[in-house]
Amino acid sequence: MEKHIGCLVMPGDVLDCIKPVEENKKVILGPGLIEDGNFIKISKPGILKFRQPGVYWIDCHQKRYVPAKNDSVIGIITQKPGDIFRVDIGGSELASLSYLSFEGATKRNRPDVKIGDIVYAKLLVANKDMEPELVCIDSHGRSSGMGVIRKGGFLFHCHINLARKLLNPECVVLKQLGRRFKFEIAVGINGRVWVKANNEIQTIAMANAVMASELMNNVQIETMCKKLSKVSSGIDED
Amino acid sequence: MAAKKSGSHLSKNVLQMKFMQRSVLRLEKEQNEEDKQKVIDDEHWVLDLPDYQIKESKYLKDQSYVICEQLQFGRQSFLGCNPEIEKLMQAHKLEQELKVSDEKEKQNSVSDQDMAQRYSSLMGIIAKKFSKKRQRNDEANDDESGEPRSKSFMKPSDD
Repeated sequence: MEKHIGCLVMPGDVLDCIKPVEENKKVILGPGLIEDGNFIKISKPGILKFRQPGVYWIDCHQKRYVPAKNDSVIGIITQKPGDIFRVDIGGSELASLSYLSFEGATKRNRPDVKIGDIVYAKLLVANKDMEPELVCIDSHGRSSGMGVIRKGGFLFHCHINLARKLLNPECVVLKQLGRRFKFEIAVGINGRVWVKANNEIQTIAMANAVMASELMNNVQIETMCKKLSKVSSGIDED
Repeated sequence: MAAKKSGSHLSKNVLQMKFMQRSVLRLEKEQNEEDKQKVIDDEHWVLDLPDYQIKESKYLKDQSYVICEQLQFGRQSFLGCNPEIEKLMQAHKLEQELKVSDEKEKQNSVSDQDMAQRYSSLMGIIAKKFSKKRQRNDEANDDESGEPRSKSFMKPSDD
């Protein structure tokens, strides 16, 4: 198994040595790996990754979002037919979002959501053959950061890799920017990022910094952030 | 049941009467059902296949990147831009730290199984100690009496 980890794999490759560490424990197969009889087959070109205790997945470059359960995504409300909202989350199909799955929403007290609003929501149902379903509350009925995002800001689309990179605990982009600038960000796993800072110029600067960081390593990111803060302090003085 | 018995004895002429039509229908229905049952019993086909067993998969499929890469929560705020979100971030951070420390503790501390094993062996040692003492005493007594002590209840003498 070790020989495959960290290597390039192609769709159709067969992995026959993925086995649970202990008998009663299950192996987690992430995106890009499918079970076919006794073998595991690869369905995406990319790099095979492994994490203890038994998690395998393929890291690949991707623009099209494939809905997966429990993903937090940014969606755009596109239709309002009856009791549900249809939300564009970048997948092959529009997702549905019930008006009751907002914090504090009842049949009488409908949430104030309009067409064109952006929502930060979690995927409750994500199935190959079914319409994905979103919710804006957690299991306790609280919003916990989800819901309609208002107050301006700027939404841009990026590769799904970048969204994952931003949220990776080892990546320093957001930490470095956050140490120097006052801003707010919402990253959806579906490759949509919403940023908001004090004013438009800073918002654009943040968005550009985030987009530029896609192919940088941590050291390069740090130098970029330093440069950016120098420049922006120059702007403030002028 | 009584109706069925009486129905079977009713003559053709009686059954043809208008007010008996309902019971005629019922009788016919019963007859039909019986016939059907017979046919099914005779012609009930069974596929000659070994029992189909649902194998439990060893894999949890279609997991998201969030689980695989242990991604953070997507909404973040810095330097007090949105205090609500910053509170959430703090809570998430605490949770993460708790998880990590829990795992560390699990690694460092003795597992339940080890503990049970250790105790069972310890109990054995202690039991051995006690048994040895008693055995020793028993042996000494045995030497004195010269015959094996019976384990039955001995009535104390009335003094």
